[in-house]
Amino acid sequence: MSAMSGNLASGGAKAPFKANAVKSSLWRQSIKRLMRNKLAVSGFVIVIFMILLCFIGPLFSPYSGNHNNLAMMNKAPSAKHWLGTDQLGRDVLTRVMLAGRISLTVGFASMVLSVFIGSLLGAVAGYYRGVVDQIIMRIADLLLTIPSLPLLFIAGAMLSAWKVPTDYRMYIVMIMLSFVGWPGLARLVRGEMLSLREREYMQATIVLGLRDRRKLFHHLLPNITPLLIVIATLNIGGSILMESVLSFFGLGVIQPTPTWGNMIDSANNLIDFQERPWLWIPPGLCIFITVIAINIFGDGLRDVLDPKNKR
Amino acid sequence: MANHLLDIEHLSTYFYTEEGTVKAVDDVSLQVRKGETVCIVGESGCGKSITAMSVMGLIQGPNGKVVGGKIDLDGTDLLQLDKNERRVIRGKEIGMIFQEPMSSLNPVLTIGQQIMEPLIEHLRMSKKEARKRAIELIEQVGISRAEQIADSYPHELSGGMLQRIMIAIAISCQPKLLIADEPTTALDVTIQAQILDILRNFREETVMSILLITHDLGVVAEMADYVIVMYSGKVVEEGEVTELFANPKHPYTQGLLRAKPILNQRQDELYSIPGQVPNPLELTESCYFHDRCEHCMEICKVRRPELRELGTEQKVACWLYEKEAALHV
Amino acid sequence: MSKPLLEVNHLKKYFPIKSGLLNRTVGHVRAVDDISIAINPGETFGLVGESGSGKSTVGKSIVRLTEKTSGDILFKGQDLYDLSPQEMRKIRPQLQLIFQDPYSSLNPRVRVGDAIGEALIDHGLVPTDEVRDRVEEVLASCGLSSYHIDRFPHEFSGGQRQRIGIARALVLNPDLIIADEPVSALDVSIQAQIINLFRNLQETRGLTYLFISHDLSVVEHLCTRIGVMYLGTMMETAPRDELFKNPLHPYTKALLSAVPIPIPKLKRERIVLKGDIPSPANPPAGCKFHTRCPFAVERCKSEVPEFRNVGSEHHVACHLV
Repeated sequence: MSAMSGNLASGGAKAPFKANAVKSSLWRQSIKRLMRNKLAVSGFVIVIFMILLCFIGPLFSPYSGNHNNLAMMNKAPSAKHWLGTDQLGRDVLTRVMLAGRISLTVGFASMVLSVFIGSLLGAVAGYYRGVVDQIIMRIADLLLTIPSLPLLFIAGAMLSAWKVPTDYRMYIVMIMLSFVGWPGLARLVRGEMLSLREREYMQATIVLGLRDRRKLFHHLLPNITPLLIVIATLNIGGSILMESVLSFFGLGVIQPTPTWGNMIDSANNLIDFQERPWLWIPPGLCIFITVIAINIFGDGLRDVLDPKNKR
Repeated sequence: MANHLLDIEHLSTYFYTEEGTVKAVDDVSLQVRKGETVCIVGESGCGKSITAMSVMGLIQGPNGKVVGGKIDLDGTDLLQLDKNERRVIRGKEIGMIFQEPMSSLNPVLTIGQQIMEPLIEHLRMSKKEARKRAIELIEQVGISRAEQIADSYPHELSGGMLQRIMIAIAISCQPKLLIADEPTTALDVTIQAQILDILRNFREETVMSILLITHDLGVVAEMADYVIVMYSGKVVEEGEVTELFANPKHPYTQGLLRAKPILNQRQDELYSIPGQVPNPLELTESCYFHDRCEHCMEICKVRRPELRELGTEQKVACWLYEKEAALHV
Repeated sequence: MSKPLLEVNHLKKYFPIKSGLLNRTVGHVRAVDDISIAINPGETFGLVGESGSGKSTVGKSIVRLTEKTSGDILFKGQDLYDLSPQEMRKIRPQLQLIFQDPYSSLNPRVRVGDAIGEALIDHGLVPTDEVRDRVEEVLASCGLSSYHIDRFPHEFSGGQRQRIGIARALVLNPDLIIADEPVSALDVSIQAQIINLFRNLQETRGLTYLFISHDLSVVEHLCTRIGVMYLGTMMETAPRDELFKNPLHPYTKALLSAVPIPIPKLKRERIVLKGDIPSPANPPAGCKFHTRCPFAVERCKSEVPEFRNVGSEHHVACHLV
């Protein structure tokens, strides 16, 4: 390309670096970098596997998880029952898969609720400051000082005392979990919002006289989204664990609806523990693998998306 | 050569990134004589800072590596030294000052402690002697109330004062060579004048060589005896300072000199070099400057010119001077 | 028209210093301490100073990015601080700011075309179907092509990003542009391109500039009048040629002599100041410059010099003049 001597057009006539890059957004770059992280990718694959297993698996099972067959009770794993049967003759494998549906759904749904409430409140607090900020943050602080597990236990006990029907319990547990989950999230989002507001490009939006709505949705939101994605992902693991703990103590979803937690609980006696490991190892392993996979993937996401890591 | 203090031969430092290998310093050779001030000048990405860091052994693996060449300091090849030997050289034989003094000093140690460290370490002074010398040094760099300053912490001082402290530390063991990497870029212009004054005074008192890295041609004119112009990791021109400013040979050097607005020399439209610095990951087998060059010829697009001698103390890497260079051999 | 486009009268901006358990105000950083500037249409006023001079704060106070402490800012005769937030928002297109750092003044997640066009949309200045045309037009004036519209800032170099920042301000057809150190973060060869661009735009669009910089050689090139600030106070103001030919204030002289000139072995009259720039939180009494002034006398330590007109539109604040 022959050069032109110093005129206006000179600065731009040459194409920028990646001449053949199709719209290279930051998202695309991030995804590419994520895919290079083998650990994160394997975490993701495992999670997808668990989802498929739990939601589609039972369709292939000849057994329903609820059909009692006392003739077949407490059988060890065999060709007919790959993971054996439980005290009521139900197929363990099918129940584990069905239980996964509950655990994963509750985990995901309560995360969605927490993130929605938490980020909305956190963003409002961080953007508008003043009285609104004070009120929201004081409420969040208050909730954060209350230890979540005892709070959930109390709530769970109340569910049992009021004899809430099993079907509704799942939804109530989701709400309970998001109730204790949103303050931490709101804090993080508010912090990020406070820092973003001071960036020079946000000062530019003031000088340009842009409307509030545009500032929030076109400028701030895309910059908060990466952090949100990371927080959300890491939050799911915690929710799944909490749900398992609750149902282990009989305070969340209860039998006959299986969850990984209550399956472990039903094997919570000396004989089952010692002599029938197929009753508690599979659900326990599922919790373990799922949560770890989610966390590994979340970690990989954070390495790629966390604005503080950016060059 | 006998009177060369520092002799860098064919130095290459590469950085390995996700997107490819960046040849930050690509086959660079330069010499600094005893008592001479050599300036490496160039814009961002030209490799001048990396050259200085390579000399000091500050290139961090695994991403960065000095992949070849020889750095001879008064008879010792710095690249062959191990960590300990290098540590001894730094501070005693070579002093270095960086662009950001705030981040070069330890925030939890007093100024005095930081000046005394190399004195105790390299010159084996006692604490008492070191303290005395530290106070002297602080006064030498033009700071009054030296006792008070010696007991303060870095965050209590301004950028200009910190940079003077950095100079004090760097010259405390009377090194043969001082490497200054953009020492005044972050400072105000009146403070810059003070700092350059101090450097000039030291240069006269002790016979110290200075390797000064900068992008500011004004600073080069004030300080340098000899100038090296770098572009995209390579040396494109070098020469004695008055000659280089009066008769720049390489089109890039010419462009740089013409583009700088000079006080009291107004022009209607400033000359500007069109285009921008090439992407280090997409360099081709051509003269790296060809797409911005007014005199670009066919050969410039396909082959890279070598650095050739044009006269005593003058070298250019440009196809325009092939014939002239051939005559000089 | 002899009416100034922008009038800054006795502007002060003090930042409170809070300390202690009760967060009480223990002092003030006097960032801007009584500055007055008048800029006529078509002029370029250069505001020069080093760190702590308060020049950037002046720019920000004018566009109300920070709120003034006292003083008046009159734009086209209208006091900007009398306006409600909504009214201020409506006026903003006429009064734009260009930032120093091209790397942080563009939102990395917003495409270039959107960044430039959104203000047009929000202010309803142009019908929606014409927005893209306007964006292309202004990009071309700034030396960029329409190919750049769908790209993100990180795909561009510093010089190009600064052009985008300029385009963003320009598309609103402002009457006044305040440029806050717009070339300081750029390499020399790119600086020249951007300076030329500023010049060209002024000629073709009849713009008025307030150009803030620490670099006297750049300011000399672009400006018609120049004001020199030190620690929040205006030390000297003069038309460009007058200032460079006949600088009166010792600080101006020191500044001029400190600028490194790329001519080797040049013999110059050097005035090297002693000491450091004092903190704006604790400025010296009397003339703020007296602690570093080579010519200071007793009077300078206690009496604040008056900012006087010494003829041919040249104003100085110094007892020795």
